[in-house]
Amino acid sequence: MPADPKNGHPAPGEPMLSVEGIALRFGGVQALAGVEFTIYAGEICAIIGPNGAGKTSMLNVLNGAYQPSEGTITFKGRTRRKMHPRVAALEGMARTFQNVALFKGMSTLDNVMAGRNLKMHSNFVACLLPVGPSRAEEARHRAHADEVISFLEIEDIRNVPVGRLPYGLQKRVELARALAAEPDLLLLDEPMAGMNRGEKAEMSRFILETKARFGTTMALIEHDMSVVMELSDHIVVLDYGRKIADGTPEEVRTDQTVIDAYLGVATEDDA
Amino acid sequence: MTVLSYFNDLYSTFFATRSRTINTVFVTVISLLALFAVPTLANEYWLQAILIPFLIFALAALGLNLLTGFAGQLSLGTGGFMAVGAYSAFKMTTAWPELDIIAIFFISGFFAAGVGILFGLPSLRIKGFYLAVATLAAQFFLIWLFNRVPWFYNDNPSGTITAPPRTFAGVMVTGPEAAAEVRYLVALVLLAVFVFFSWNLMRSRFGRAWMAVRDMDVAAEIVGIPLLRTKLLAFGVSSYLCGVAGALFVFLYLGSAETIAFDVNVSFLVLFMIIVGGLGSITGSIIGAAFITILPIFLTNLNPILGIDLAVDLAKHIEVIIFGGLIIVILILEPHGMARLIQISRERLRI
Ligand SMILES: Nc1ncnc2c1ncn2[C@@H]1O[C@H](COP(=O)(O)OP(=O)(O)OP(=O)(O)O)[C@@H](O)[C@H]1O
Ligand SMILES: [Mg+2]
Repeated sequence: MPADPKNGHPAPGEPMLSVEGIALRFGGVQALAGVEFTIYAGEICAIIGPNGAGKTSMLNVLNGAYQPSEGTITFKGRTRRKMHPRVAALEGMARTFQNVALFKGMSTLDNVMAGRNLKMHSNFVACLLPVGPSRAEEARHRAHADEVISFLEIEDIRNVPVGRLPYGLQKRVELARALAAEPDLLLLDEPMAGMNRGEKAEMSRFILETKARFGTTMALIEHDMSVVMELSDHIVVLDYGRKIADGTPEEVRTDQTVIDAYLGVATEDDA
Repeated sequence: MTVLSYFNDLYSTFFATRSRTINTVFVTVISLLALFAVPTLANEYWLQAILIPFLIFALAALGLNLLTGFAGQLSLGTGGFMAVGAYSAFKMTTAWPELDIIAIFFISGFFAAGVGILFGLPSLRIKGFYLAVATLAAQFFLIWLFNRVPWFYNDNPSGTITAPPRTFAGVMVTGPEAAAEVRYLVALVLLAVFVFFSWNLMRSRFGRAWMAVRDMDVAAEIVGIPLLRTKLLAFGVSSYLCGVAGALFVFLYLGSAETIAFDVNVSFLVLFMIIVGGLGSITGSIIGAAFITILPIFLTNLNPILGIDLAVDLAKHIEVIIFGGLIIVILILEPHGMARLIQISRERLRI
C-alpha cells in the first residue's frame, strides 16, 4: 500500500471507482444483482431509486460495511472482491449515513477531530504528556478541524455535545466529520433527508462548494429529484437491486424505464 | 447576527478562561492541602480507615471509568484485575527483595494489563450485558486461580499474602512499621500521577478513539478506528490502573490479604463508584470513590452522634438501607452522576 493514500488519485474524468457484477442477498431478499457502474473523478454521481431499491446497500458494499457475494470493486485502480471499512477509510473514502451515525456524547469539534484520527500518529507515551509532539500534532489537526467547522458554518456549536443538536445540524456535523478526513471519494446517504426547503438549499450549497473547493468526488443518494437534477453530473438508477439506467441527468430524465419505475411513482407521490 | 455571535464568543472565551483559572486554582489548593495539611492534621484513624482506602479506590475507579465510562466496555472483573496486581507485586517482592517497592507497584500493573487484554478479547464479538458476564467469569476464574495455586501465595499455609517491610529513599513504605502518613502520601502521589496521565490521554487521539467506539462503533470503524486494537488498549490501560490499585490495596492498606479481599463485591463497589461519580468523568471517579468509601463510615458514626441507641446489627442494616437509598436518589436526581451535578451548578453559578 502506498504510504500516501493520495497516491494514485485519478485525474479528473478518469474512473475513481467502478463496480462490476455486484450481487448481495439477505436471506430471501436479493438486495443487489449484477450491478455495475463507474464513478468518475471530480463528479457528483447520484444514486437514485425507489425505497428498498438497494441504494444504501450499494454504499455499504462500496465502503466494505457489507460484503457482496459476487462482483468486484475497483477503487483508484485497485480491484478487490470486497472492501473493508478501515481499508476504505485508509485509501481515502469517507461517508455519511442515512440515519446519522455520530458520536453522540462527544462535541462537534471532537466528532470532526475523530474524522482525522487516521492522520494522527502520536504514540501512546507522548499522549500521556500535556506538552510535546502529541500536543503539537493535536493543535495542527485542531486548526484543520476548525477550518472545516467554519466552512460548514457550525462554529456556534463547536463545543456542544452533538446528541443535543437538532437533526439538521447533526447531518451537517456528520458531513464535517467526513470532510475532515480530506477524502478522495465521499459517499453521502440522503444528506438532506428530513430537512425543510431552506436547510436543503443550504446543504446543496455546501455540497457544491465542497466540489468546487476540494474537487472531491461524490456519490450521493437522494430522493428529492429537483436536488438530484441540480447537483449531479451523472445519475445511476437502481430498482429492485438492478441498475435500470445510467447517464447524464438529461438522459435519465427522459429514459422511459426510469419514468415508469421511479419518476412516475415520485410524481404521483408529490401530487 | 455576526456582532451578536462575536460578543457571544468573547463572553464564552472569557468564562472558559476564567473557569480554567478556577480549575487550576482549585486543583492546586486541593493538592497543597492533601500534600501538606492532611498528613499533619489527620490522625491515624482518618488516614488508615478513610483516606488511604479512598485514594486506592479512586485509582481503581479511575481504571474502570477509562474502560467503562470512556471506552464503553462494561466490566465486572475489576476485583480480579486488582488481585492480579496484588499477587504479582507480592511475588516480585519475595522473588527480588532488593527491587524498589515503588518500581514494583508500577510493574505490577503490567501483569494486570496483560491479563486484562486477554479477557478483553471477547469484546470484539460481544457487547454490553454479555461482555459484563464474560468479565464476571474472568473475576471468578482469577480468584479461583489465586486460591487454588499455592505458588501465588508462596505456599503459605494460611493462604494469605503479606506486605513485607520495604523502604523507598530510606523511608519505610510497606510492612507493619510503615507510618500511615507515609502510606497516605505514596497513595496520593501515585493517584495524582495517574490522574494526570489519564487526563492528557483522554484529550488525545486515543481518548477520542475510545469515546468514538463507545458512542457508535460502526461509525468509529468507518473513520478508520481499528475496533479490536482500540478496545484492547482500553482493557490494558484500565487493568493496569486496577492492578496498581490492587497492589496498593494490600501493600499500603490491608498489610496482608486473602483472595476474599478482591471478590466480586469489590468489582460491584468500584462500578457503583463510577456510576455515582459520573461515567466518562475523571473527576467523577474520584468523587464517586470518596462518596462510596466515606458514606458508610459517616453513617456508622451518625448514630452515636445523634444519640440514638440501636442494636448493632439493626444499625448495620439501617446503614445499608440508607446507603442504597442515597445512591438511588442521586441517580434519579442526575443519572450522569455527581460530576455532572457539580458541572451544572457551576454553569448556573457561572464559576
Ligand atoms: N441488514 C439488512 N438485513 C436484511 N435486509 C436488508 C438489510 N439491509 C437492507 N436490506 C434489504 O435490502 C433491500 C434494499 O435495502 P436498502 O436499504 O439498500 O434500500 P434503499 O434503496 O437504501 O432504500 P431507502 O430509500 O428506503 O433508504 C431492502 O429490501 C431491505 O429490506
Ligand atoms: Mg437507504
